Amino acid sequence: MAATQTQPVGANPGVRPIDARPGTLKLLLANRVAVGAGLVTLGFVLVALLAPMLSPYNPAEQHPEAIRVPPFWSPGGSTRFLLGTDGLGRDLLSRILFGSRVSILLGVVVVLLTLVVGACLGMLAGYYRGWVDTLLSRVVDTLLAFPFLIFALAIMAVTGPNLVALVLALAFKGWVDFFRVARGDVLAARESEYVLAARGVGASNAYILFGEILPNIVPPLIVLAALRMATVIIAEASLSFLGIGVPPRIPAWGTMVADGRGSIATAWWIATFPGLAILLLVLSVNLLGEGLRDALDPRMRR
Amino acid sequence: MSVDVRHEALQTVTKPLQVEERRQGAPILAVKKLRTCFDTYRGQVRAVDGISLSVRPGETVALVGESGCGKSAAALSIMRLVPPPGRITGGQVIFDGQDLLALSRAEMRRIRGRRIAMVFQDPLTALNPTLRVGAQLVETLATQGAARGRAARQRAVALLDAVGIPAAAERMRAYPHELSGGMRQRVVIAMAIAGQPDLVIADEPTTALDVTLQAQIMELLAKLKEERGLAILLITHDLGIVANFADRAAVMYAGQIVAEGPVADLVREPLHPYARGLLRCVPRLGRPDVPIHPIHGSVPDMVAPPAGCRFAPRCPEAMPQCRQEMPVLKRQPPTARTIRQNSEGESLARGGTVRRVRCHLHPGEGGNGR
Repeated sequence: MAATQTQPVGANPGVRPIDARPGTLKLLLANRVAVGAGLVTLGFVLVALLAPMLSPYNPAEQHPEAIRVPPFWSPGGSTRFLLGTDGLGRDLLSRILFGSRVSILLGVVVVLLTLVVGACLGMLAGYYRGWVDTLLSRVVDTLLAFPFLIFALAIMAVTGPNLVALVLALAFKGWVDFFRVARGDVLAARESEYVLAARGVGASNAYILFGEILPNIVPPLIVLAALRMATVIIAEASLSFLGIGVPPRIPAWGTMVADGRGSIATAWWIATFPGLAILLLVLSVNLLGEGLRDALDPRMRR
Repeated sequence: MSVDVRHEALQTVTKPLQVEERRQGAPILAVKKLRTCFDTYRGQVRAVDGISLSVRPGETVALVGESGCGKSAAALSIMRLVPPPGRITGGQVIFDGQDLLALSRAEMRRIRGRRIAMVFQDPLTALNPTLRVGAQLVETLATQGAARGRAARQRAVALLDAVGIPAAAERMRAYPHELSGGMRQRVVIAMAIAGQPDLVIADEPTTALDVTLQAQIMELLAKLKEERGLAILLITHDLGIVANFADRAAVMYAGQIVAEGPVADLVREPLHPYARGLLRCVPRLGRPDVPIHPIHGSVPDMVAPPAGCRFAPRCPEAMPQCRQEMPVLKRQPPTARTIRQNSEGESLARGGTVRRVRCHLHPGEGGNGR
């Protein structure tokens, strides 16, 4: 065996050198926009993790002597509150840093939940067809006809703002996209000859589904997950803006925009900075998702 | 239809066959009157219409026919892998004494890979593009309960080595697209023999390959057959491969076997007009003076197959009887050539002596057919 290993690759006609194709990571790193978006996203994740260390103040701490202080570069601002304070005298920078936590946490939890549920159900429906497929596809059609915001409003109005209800409201329809992608790709893969070949050597349905088919449908699911992440972050911010999302005691960007909405003419910074944070995070997550899509499937590149 | 059924009922009692089986060892695979249909909107397509054939250990039997004659459907039926809307509607597949069609799904799964394995036509699509070939082999071994972990890895390297892949340990990490067509087919064969099966069904194993590789792959199969005492059921349309590598051959036409016998007889003295036609389609190297005669027409519509002999509409020798009455597969008496050959002991070594033909031109020996 050692002897065969040392045999030079070039000596074997008909055998191309291994890893001649650039890897996914390499393609991703060659995409400057994706790298930039990835770094910004990574920055947000680090901020979320290190918020207690980075924040100059406790985000809930009120400074009655410093209500609506503008950011430090504006007249009247000071380096004490870099991005100024809100109507209750809370440090805006600290609240934005802490606000990243709920956005990213909810985004990750909701996307993972919908990914697992949607992909599993989609794979079952696509693989077994029959009544499982019919039933699940009808459920999905029904959900697609359902306006998300109305439904979320209804749930949150009943339960009041709490995180568990918020996750469920956001995940309620989110799995449908994963279901459709997984089902469609499994439908195509199950007819492939390698599946027949696996059956021919005695593989079980479970192994074929998760060992043979799953690796083939992972790339589109990853891309969809990244793109869904951006959607979920926006949806969470929207619900929080409406006051039916994240509970008020937890700093969230959507809530902060709502808080600053009334005084946008006199204290623009209160609503603007959290709004910019939402924009920047959603944009970079989206660009990262598109970069992933291009790297995983170079044919999609425009 | 009813005439056909009665004939076949009569033909189950085949004493001479049993004598021959005893002489050559019991078949590992005996397909009996297997029928497979595909339900379509136009009606039932009888892809496999009552075929019978047997394969003995250490023997290569070829199932020959043009595209659409049902040979692949027959192979998939034996494995019980016919994709819907196809379904097996009758017959028996006796493998090592048990009827595969009577087994539960779980029992059938234990047969696949461990007792019967399959080699597919296109080695690129038969391998999972997203998995390294080593991982696919290791998983196959694990699925079959043969080996796990490090032991499975070593077995996989040994298998790649056995099918003639250079630098086997290195190639374990390759993805299928990084290997050439011949190498990929070797990997597919390695996966097929991983479970140490008794029978390998090779469905057009060389059709997708470069001509220069065909002989290599066939020689590999022949070598593995010798080393491991494999029985091989070779599905092909390539008469050159049949002549060089098979012991016996069954010619299939429109879902039925129309001729069966030792390869030497089929190649040197084809009795059935279809078999003769197939041979006359093969170009002869170095003999530009021998014209190629294509068989005119195409495979009949199997929703409504022609009455009588199914080959009659295309047969240059068809008689009025051929268009009315379906001929029966009948055992043929020895010809001058086969007698001479038997005295030389050649055909006993390769494929026995019994030949059967389904043709009114060759009435054969009464009641000896199948």
